[in-house]
Amino acid sequence: MIRKLFDIIANNAVPAVFIIISAFAIPLSGFSASYLVQELLTRIGRNSFLILSLLIPIMAGMGLNFGMVLGAMAGQIGLLLICDWGVVGIPGMVLACLIGTPIAIVLGVFCGHIMNRAKGREMVTGYILGFFINGVYQMTVLYLMGWVIPITNPNLLLSRGYGVRNAVSLLGIRGVLDNFIPTMIAGTEHSQQFLSIQGSGAFMLLQIPCFNGAIRIPLMTLIVIALFCVFIIWFRKTKLGQDMRAIGQSQTVADSAGIAVNRTRIIAIVISTVLACYGQIIYLQNMGTLNTYNSHDQAGMFSIAALLIGGASVSRASIANVFVGVILFHLMFIVAPMAGKNLIGEAQIGEYFRVFVSYGIIAIALVLHAWKRNREREAARRSLRGGA
Amino acid sequence: MSDNNTSPLLELSHVGKEYYGNRVLSDISFSIDSGEIIGLVGENGAGKSTLLNILFGMPVIASTGGYEGSIHIDGKSVHFTSPNQALAAGIGMVHQEFSLIPGFTAAENILLNREVLNGSLMSYVFSERVSTLDREAMHNRANAAIHTLGVNINPDMVVSEMPVGYKQFIEIAREIDRKNTRLLFLDEPTAVLTETEAEILLTALKKLAKSGIAIVFISHRLSEIKELCSRVVVLRDGKLITDQPSEELTTRQIASLMVGRQNTRREEHRVILEKASDVNEVLSPQPEKKKKPKPALRVEHLWVDMPGETVRDVSFEVQKGEIFGIGGLAGHGKLGIPNGIMGLYPAGGKVRLFGKRLTLNRPRAALSRKMAFVSEDRRGVGLLLDEPLDWNITFTAMQMQGRFLIGIPYIFQMRNELAMRSEAKKFIDSLEIKCTGPSQKAGELSGGNQQKVCLAKAFVLRPNILLICEPTRGIDIGAKNLVLDTLKEYNKENGTTIIITSSELEELRSVCDRVAIVDEGRIAGILPASSPAEEFGMLMMGQNKKNNDDEEGEESA
Repeated sequence: MIRKLFDIIANNAVPAVFIIISAFAIPLSGFSASYLVQELLTRIGRNSFLILSLLIPIMAGMGLNFGMVLGAMAGQIGLLLICDWGVVGIPGMVLACLIGTPIAIVLGVFCGHIMNRAKGREMVTGYILGFFINGVYQMTVLYLMGWVIPITNPNLLLSRGYGVRNAVSLLGIRGVLDNFIPTMIAGTEHSQQFLSIQGSGAFMLLQIPCFNGAIRIPLMTLIVIALFCVFIIWFRKTKLGQDMRAIGQSQTVADSAGIAVNRTRIIAIVISTVLACYGQIIYLQNMGTLNTYNSHDQAGMFSIAALLIGGASVSRASIANVFVGVILFHLMFIVAPMAGKNLIGEAQIGEYFRVFVSYGIIAIALVLHAWKRNREREAARRSLRGGA
Repeated sequence: MSDNNTSPLLELSHVGKEYYGNRVLSDISFSIDSGEIIGLVGENGAGKSTLLNILFGMPVIASTGGYEGSIHIDGKSVHFTSPNQALAAGIGMVHQEFSLIPGFTAAENILLNREVLNGSLMSYVFSERVSTLDREAMHNRANAAIHTLGVNINPDMVVSEMPVGYKQFIEIAREIDRKNTRLLFLDEPTAVLTETEAEILLTALKKLAKSGIAIVFISHRLSEIKELCSRVVVLRDGKLITDQPSEELTTRQIASLMVGRQNTRREEHRVILEKASDVNEVLSPQPEKKKKPKPALRVEHLWVDMPGETVRDVSFEVQKGEIFGIGGLAGHGKLGIPNGIMGLYPAGGKVRLFGKRLTLNRPRAALSRKMAFVSEDRRGVGLLLDEPLDWNITFTAMQMQGRFLIGIPYIFQMRNELAMRSEAKKFIDSLEIKCTGPSQKAGELSGGNQQKVCLAKAFVLRPNILLICEPTRGIDIGAKNLVLDTLKEYNKENGTTIIITSSELEELRSVCDRVAIVDEGRIAGILPASSPAEEFGMLMMGQNKKNNDDEEGEESA
C-alpha cells in the first residue's frame, strides 16, 4: 500500500513540482488571467503538434526522438522555397508541407536505419544525428541555395548572390492557420472595444458575461491538433500500433512472433519525422519569422522537455502528458521572467530559468528512468531469496 | 487429421550435424505419430538443442553447413531454412524462457502477430497493418485456446501480474491457437512450475494429445516423463541411446542411460538387472563427512542473482583440505555459487570462512581473506588479454598483497619487474605453459595455456581456499589432464581447500572427495565421489523432489 502510494508520487513528481512553482510564480508575476489564457492558447497552438510527433517512437520503444530536428529542417526547406516562389496563405502552407514530406521521409528512413544499428542507444544517436544533418542543412541553405537550387527573390538571398539570409520574414503565411476561422472570446462589455482594435475581418465572437478582457483563439490550429490526437488514438488501435507496442516492450519476443522489427521501427521514426516537419511549419506560421540557422535547433529540446514535464517518461507517454506538459512548461516561461523581475528586479532570471529547466528536466527524466529500472531489477531479485 | 496412410507425422532418418569438424549429432532416427507424447531426455551437450534447432530451421544450422540425413512430415521430405517455414508446417515450440510481452494481456500475447482485424477501406489502400484490432473477437479466441488446456485464466489479465505457472499456460495456448499446429515441442515446461501447477499442465497436455496433437516433451524431471510420455528417447553425446516405451524403463534406468559413460558400463548393466524400484530410499543424500576439525567454508542460505545461473537457496560445508565438487546441469545455478561467494554478482545469505563471516558483494573482501578464484570466463574475467604473462600472473598478488613491488608503501611504489619475471618463469616451467616467454601477451596463447595462466595467477596468491569454475572447458584432452593433476597435486602438497565447479560429472568424480549436485538453484544432494554415476544422474534429474516439497510451496506463496 505504502509502496503503491510511493510509486504514484514518484511517477508524478515532475508535474507536481511545476504546479507548485507556478502556484507561487503566478501571483508574483501580477499578470491578469485573460493575458495568461491568451498566451497559453497561443503557445498550445504553436507547440502541441511538434510535441505530439514524439509519441509514436516512444510507443515503439525508441525513447524520446531527438531526431525530430530532422523533420523540422525538412519543414524549413519547404517554407524557404514557398517564400521564394511567393505562394501565400493556406495554399502556401500546404505546398510547404508537400515539399517537406518527401525530404522528411528520406531523412526518417536514414535515421531509422542508423537507429536500428544502434539499438538501445536511440536517444543519443538521434541527438548526434541532429547535429550531423544540421551540417548538411546548413550547407544546402548557405551554399547550394541560390547557386544550385534557384532562388530568385533578392530579399531571401545574402548580398553575395547565394545563400539564404539569417532572418526570413514569413509574412505571406503568418497566422494563416491560426486566423483561418477568426474566433474570439470576450466579456460582453469589452467585445466592441476589442473588435475595433483587432481591425479588419469578421470575428466569430463568443460573448461571455462577467469576463474581463478578450481572447483570440487559433481555432483552426486547435482543430488540426485535435485531428492529430484522433489520429494517434486510432493509430494505437491498429495492427501497426499493436506491433509497435509489442516491439517497445520486447524486441526479441516480437521478432520471434514474426513481426518485422526493424521495418516497423523505421516506420515509427518516419511517421515522427514527417509529423515533426508539419509541426515546425505550424510553429513558424505562428511565429511569422524564420531564423534560417537557428529555428530548428531548440525544437527538439523544448518539445522533449515539455513532454517530460507533462509526466511522460522515456518509455511511456500519453496525449494527456502532451497538453499538461505544454501548459505547465509555457506557463512557467510566461510568468517566470516577470516573477523574477518583481522578486529580485532581474528579468534575466526567467530566461536563465528557461534554459536551465529544459536541460535539467531532461537530465532528471533520464536519471529517474535508470533509477526505476534498477528498482524493478531489485524487486525481481527479491524473489530469488527462496527460503532464506 | 488426414493421415489415414501409414506414414508417421514426423520421421527423422539418420540426422547428424557437425559444427566446425566437431560432431554434435550422429545418426538420429525416430518417428512420432499424431496424438503421441514422447519424452526426449539427455544431459547438457547431448545434442537436444541442436536437434531442436534443426527441426525448427534455425539460421544457425544453415550458416554452419546444414545437416545430414532427412526429415519427413506426413511422408513428404522437408528441409526448413527458417523458423517461419517450420511454423507453417505445423511445428510449434514452447521455449524454456518465457517469450511473452509483460505489459500485454493474455489475449494480446496469445494472438501476438495473429490479431483479429476489422476490415477497413484503408487496408486495401495501404496494408493490413492499418486495420484496427477486433478486441472482442480476440478475447473470445484467446478464451477458447485457454479452455482447451482445461485451466481458467482471464484473457484480459496482464501477463506481468500473473503467477509464473499461468505464463507457461499462456505460452502453450499461443501455440494451440495457431490452427495448423500438429506437433508441439516443449522445452523444460515444468522447470518453473510448482508441483500442483505441473500436474495441471501434464493433465492439459494429455488432453491436447487426445485431440490429435503430437507432443515432444523435454524435461529433466524423469518422474514427469514417466507419467506423461508413452515413449522415451534418450540422447547421449550426440547419439540416440534408446527409443522405447516408457513402461519398460524405470526412472533410475533412464538416468543411468543418460549419464552412463564407458567406465560405468558395468554398473549400468547391474542396475538394469536389478530393476531398482524404490528410488527415494536409495537417494536420500547422506553426505559422508570426513572427520576433519572444522569446516573451511560454511555456506548458509546463499542466493545469487547471476543471469542464467540463479542460485536460490544453497547451504553446504566444505572441510579443510578437501576437494569439493559442484556439478549439475547448465543453467541450474552451479556457476552462480562460486561467483556469488567471490562477490562478482549480487548475492545474499551467510558465508563463513574458517568460522568468520565473509562480506558478500565485495570481491576485495573475498580476496583479502586469501580466497582465490579462477573464473569460467577466462578471456573476460580471468585474464588481461593485452598484457604480458608476468603481469597477468602477478597482478592480483600485487593489488591485494602488495607483493612484487619495491619502494615505500602508500608513498611511492613501483613494479619489481625482476621478481615478476622470475615468478612467471617458475610457473611457466612447472605448469608447462607453452609460450615464447613471460613477456608474451596472454591473448596470444591457446585456451589450455590460458587456463594454466589463470591457475598460476591463483596459486601466486597462496590461497587458503581455491574456487575454480569449469577448469577444463574448451581445452584439449592433454591439457585437461595436466590441469586436473596440477589441482590434485597442489591440494596434496599445500593442503589447500579446493572447490571445483564443472559441467563434466566424470571429471568431478575423478578429482573430488565429495560432489554436490545443484538442481534448480538448490543443492539436490551431496555424495561421495565414489558413488555410482547414475545416483548423480538421478540427483541432476530432480529425482529427490519429494525431499524439498516444502520449499517449493513456500516459493510459490
